[in-house]
Amino acid sequence: MAPFPLNLVELLGNPQYYLVYLVIGFAFGAVLEMAGFAISTKLAAQFYFKDLTVLKVMFTGIITAMVLIFLASGLGLLDYNLVYVNETYLVPGIVGGLIMGVGFIIGGFCPGTSLVSAATLKIDGILFALGAFFGIFLFGETVGFFEEWWNSTYMGRFTLMDLFNTETGVIVVAVMIMALLAFAGAEVAERVIGKKTDKQPRWRYGAAGGGLALAFAVLLIGQPTNADKWNAISAEKQPLLDSRAVYVHPGEVLQYMNDHKIITMLIDVRDEADYNLFHVRDARHVPMDELSTIVEEFHALPENAVLFLMSNDEARATEAWRYLVAESVVNVYILEGGVNNWLATFGEGEIEAVSTHAPDALGYQFAMAYGDRHPAAAPHADRFNLTFEPHVVLAIKRGPASGGCG
Amino acid sequence: MATFTSAKKVNATPTTKAARVARPYLHPYAAGILLGLVLFAAFFFTGNGLGASGGMNRLLVVFEDALFPAHIDRTPYLISMAGGDRNPLESWVVFVTIGTIAGGFVSGWLNGRVKLETIKGPHTSTRTRWIMAFIGGALMGYGARLARGCTSGQALSGGAVLSAGSWAFMFAVFGGAYMLAYFVRKLWN
Repeated sequence: MAPFPLNLVELLGNPQYYLVYLVIGFAFGAVLEMAGFAISTKLAAQFYFKDLTVLKVMFTGIITAMVLIFLASGLGLLDYNLVYVNETYLVPGIVGGLIMGVGFIIGGFCPGTSLVSAATLKIDGILFALGAFFGIFLFGETVGFFEEWWNSTYMGRFTLMDLFNTETGVIVVAVMIMALLAFAGAEVAERVIGKKTDKQPRWRYGAAGGGLALAFAVLLIGQPTNADKWNAISAEKQPLLDSRAVYVHPGEVLQYMNDHKIITMLIDVRDEADYNLFHVRDARHVPMDELSTIVEEFHALPENAVLFLMSNDEARATEAWRYLVAESVVNVYILEGGVNNWLATFGEGEIEAVSTHAPDALGYQFAMAYGDRHPAAAPHADRFNLTFEPHVVLAIKRGPASGGCG
Repeated sequence: MATFTSAKKVNATPTTKAARVARPYLHPYAAGILLGLVLFAAFFFTGNGLGASGGMNRLLVVFEDALFPAHIDRTPYLISMAGGDRNPLESWVVFVTIGTIAGGFVSGWLNGRVKLETIKGPHTSTRTRWIMAFIGGALMGYGARLARGCTSGQALSGGAVLSAGSWAFMFAVFGGAYMLAYFVRKLWN
């Protein structure tokens, strides 16, 4: 598994790990101040095409971080699955952005820069920050009136790669080129409209070339596929399969189904026909080729969530386990012996065992498509006297399950 | 009240003429590269980007929770931050925000730029500037929560990890500001 981001809670403990964020914030504030972002007139000049420092600093920041993030991900150092990508709520995001734009030109700051301005004792910065607190307060009091709209047009973790249906490297190169063109345009505007005559340093051409080279390197290296990710971790994870440490007895699965402190997700990866004949109650039908679409959902689960995969026997579920573990999903287990073993353990009446020779086939016959209406779909735990060795160990998650400006 | 325009400030070079002259700012591209390195470090080590308005929100909720705990427990939006026994300060973004203030102050101090003053356009009264700063701040705060993030948390962080919504948001911010810029030009020019 890619070593970064770090599991800060496990490494440093809670609450010591917050120190890392304090250091990051400190560096952030210092850079904003050094860029001149404590000065409202410098920020506002952006919108009269006189001094385009805001655009230059912001986009240089974005493209620098972007190439490094996707380079690190391409080299297998950083796990992009564990990097927080702001969820898209398209319409509220755009409307909020427009309101912020208006606030920006009237007030001269954005929230982050106003903090830095206030810290350097600019009275307008202090008043802006107080205003921002007031606006945030108003939002908390009024969001109840339009909460439904506020949660509308939700698209989840939706990236530019999804939007344009293309690979990461192409987007990285395109964004880099657009940013460099924007800088060239900004410099022209500063000379023509801002009447700026100061000579610009030559090293910026080198920096632009370097950025472009890195972007093409991202394109060339590509991003790791699921198979690449599994290969990188197979030495560590295959033994868990070989020692059967992740195969969980039906009795233990049942125990988790009845444990209301734990969010138990049952994922049934069989064909729809088998699923319709019989499935464990609350098991979700997720065919193998749709696993990728719900990885994000699994990452968003809280720490007390555990996933059980099941197929008719174990073959397909094991394959699904490899897939999810390679995508850094934690707390994933496999139902031991699959649905066949579940029925052998809990099945009573109205089913008939059949001998199957096909691999991963349902070993029982049903008189009708029971779905989850069969008694064995939700057995009473106290009617079965089962002994098993518990295998589930809940792990601490890496990376943010949710984040953003939360 | 000492005031000055940005033009003077930007063009000022550190000479020996004035004793307490503030050092010049970094070149925008240099500052941008540094900003990008900080942002990358944030994602690389923690998986989270940067943020400001979320931290401000939680700092505010601390006061609200101390004054009106029952109100917090009845408002769904606030419950998620401070409902019941929940401590609104237990979030990474609070520490980023506190760090931002400290970093801004230390950098300003070391460069001789910490000074009690009002920065405004040449044809604006200090009073007008103060009122506008407060109104602009209120709009900014409201909009930032509506958009689920401010310039730092949405545009910068989401932009770098290529979130489609963050890019749409970024264009909206610039669009909103450019659309209104002409009508408030007296404030700044």
